[in-house]
Amino acid sequence: MHPAPSLIVFTVFSGLGFGLLAWLGLGAALGGPVPLGWAAFGWYGLGYGLAGAGLIASAFHLGHPERMLLAFTQWRSSWLSREAVLAVATLALMAPHAFGSVFLSAPLPVFGALGGALALVTVLATAMIYASIRAVPRWHHWTVPAVFLSAALAGGALLAGQALAGAALLATLAAALVAHWRIGDGRFRASGSDAGTATGLGGLGTVRLLEPPHSGRNYLLREMVHVVGRRHAMKLRAIALGAGVALPLALVLLAPASPIALGLAALWHAAGMLAARWLFFAEAEHVVGLYYGREPARA
Amino acid sequence: MTSLPAPPDRKLGLVIDLDTCVGCHACVIACKGWNTETYGAPLSDMDAWGAEPEGTFLNRVHSFEVRRDDAPPMVVHFPKSCLHCDDAPCVTVCPTGASHKRAEDGIVLVNEDACIGCGLCAWACPYGAREMDAASKVMKKCTLCVDRIYNENLSPEDREPACVRTCPAGARHFGDLADPDSAVSQLVAARGGMDLMPEQGTKPVNKYLPPRPRDTLATPPLRQPAPEPDQAPASGFLGWLDRALDRL
Repeated sequence: MHPAPSLIVFTVFSGLGFGLLAWLGLGAALGGPVPLGWAAFGWYGLGYGLAGAGLIASAFHLGHPERMLLAFTQWRSSWLSREAVLAVATLALMAPHAFGSVFLSAPLPVFGALGGALALVTVLATAMIYASIRAVPRWHHWTVPAVFLSAALAGGALLAGQALAGAALLATLAAALVAHWRIGDGRFRASGSDAGTATGLGGLGTVRLLEPPHSGRNYLLREMVHVVGRRHAMKLRAIALGAGVALPLALVLLAPASPIALGLAALWHAAGMLAARWLFFAEAEHVVGLYYGREPARA
Repeated sequence: MTSLPAPPDRKLGLVIDLDTCVGCHACVIACKGWNTETYGAPLSDMDAWGAEPEGTFLNRVHSFEVRRDDAPPMVVHFPKSCLHCDDAPCVTVCPTGASHKRAEDGIVLVNEDACIGCGLCAWACPYGAREMDAASKVMKKCTLCVDRIYNENLSPEDREPACVRTCPAGARHFGDLADPDSAVSQLVAARGGMDLMPEQGTKPVNKYLPPRPRDTLATPPLRQPAPEPDQAPASGFLGWLDRALDRL
């Protein structure tokens, strides 16, 4: 699949923002920070800023962003619509808690807990946009929500200054990433789709593309048959694990009390997740490639 | 509304005969012509006179080769367009309600005025039946020529999709696949019509008719050079020369 920068920024930063808001909202219940005054202004500003920046980035992916309000209507069937509704509901529910913490030194933990829980459901909905697509076998699996949720919780913990929880969640994220990659490599073959089923001619013999329908490019090839960079998959996996997990983990374990170390850890984590998310799109094979002579890479 | 309707009483769709298709691409051109002039945003071309031209098409013809163990390879021309699936994943993912399946005849359509151009429906389709138009930035797909098949301004023989009307080989058939007595349903039953990628769970309405078994000719095995014909020993002067040269 085409790794569109707008979608990489959207998923990584809205994940971080909602992860931080989950920690801030559920803080009282989970023993996290309950900042007040200017500290609250900085933290909630960061949470709202990251989530908002991610959502705005997603609008750059649209051909007609002026019709965006229609995307809130089909929550009964569409995970994309659910994500939009949940994101706005989270930001709205969290607002009284944030306002009370910043301006009145009076947090409203009920709104905080509700908003924090909804923030996690929003991240789940983001993951399900991809995990619900059966035509991309690598995505159609529970490891996708596992990666998105553990990344949001780990990144949020680092931003919220939770060294111990952050370390544990980073380890969880590493396990989720490795599972997503290892299981993902066999998903295309497990889907049962090949050139034989795509054409219905598999019973007659071995099917291969003789002539494509056109000599140039088209929307389908650009959007869904992206192959550039797949050969660097192993290097990118190492970079994602190193920058996204190992380096931040070392930083929080060496200096758990240092805000600078936690800040650096969060930055490295975000950089690693950008690489991981680029790869998430770039190495996902769509079954439509079978009509264009693209057999999946063998695991 | 992007929830799928209850299974419709009528399921209009195409039956495509892979035995008869000659791969002329006339259906591709007829489709582009009709759907650029009438329904919705035109099917644009980009860089049409430049080095890398490309455009939006609702129907494309691929050509495949089937290699067989006990017979020569077979070439199969393969037209592909929207299959108007019963369980259409492109419909349920749409966040705006633009992508929908009609309850009255099962046609899958896009309301272009409500399309935000997010592209998720094209990702959800396993068949590559949807293309985002690069000029209008809305999703385009086969409408089953909904503006022809019910159009009383056209003469009755023209009230079928442009691709079916134009096919010179008679490889494309249009009708109601929910009615077991319709001509298309009987064709599917007689010829063993099949679904594409049934494992994707989309329950396509359009069916494909597999190539009929071909005649088997008594030909020597292919992919090996034909053996040299047996040479009868030459006689006369040439025979003497042959034997004399052998003895040297």
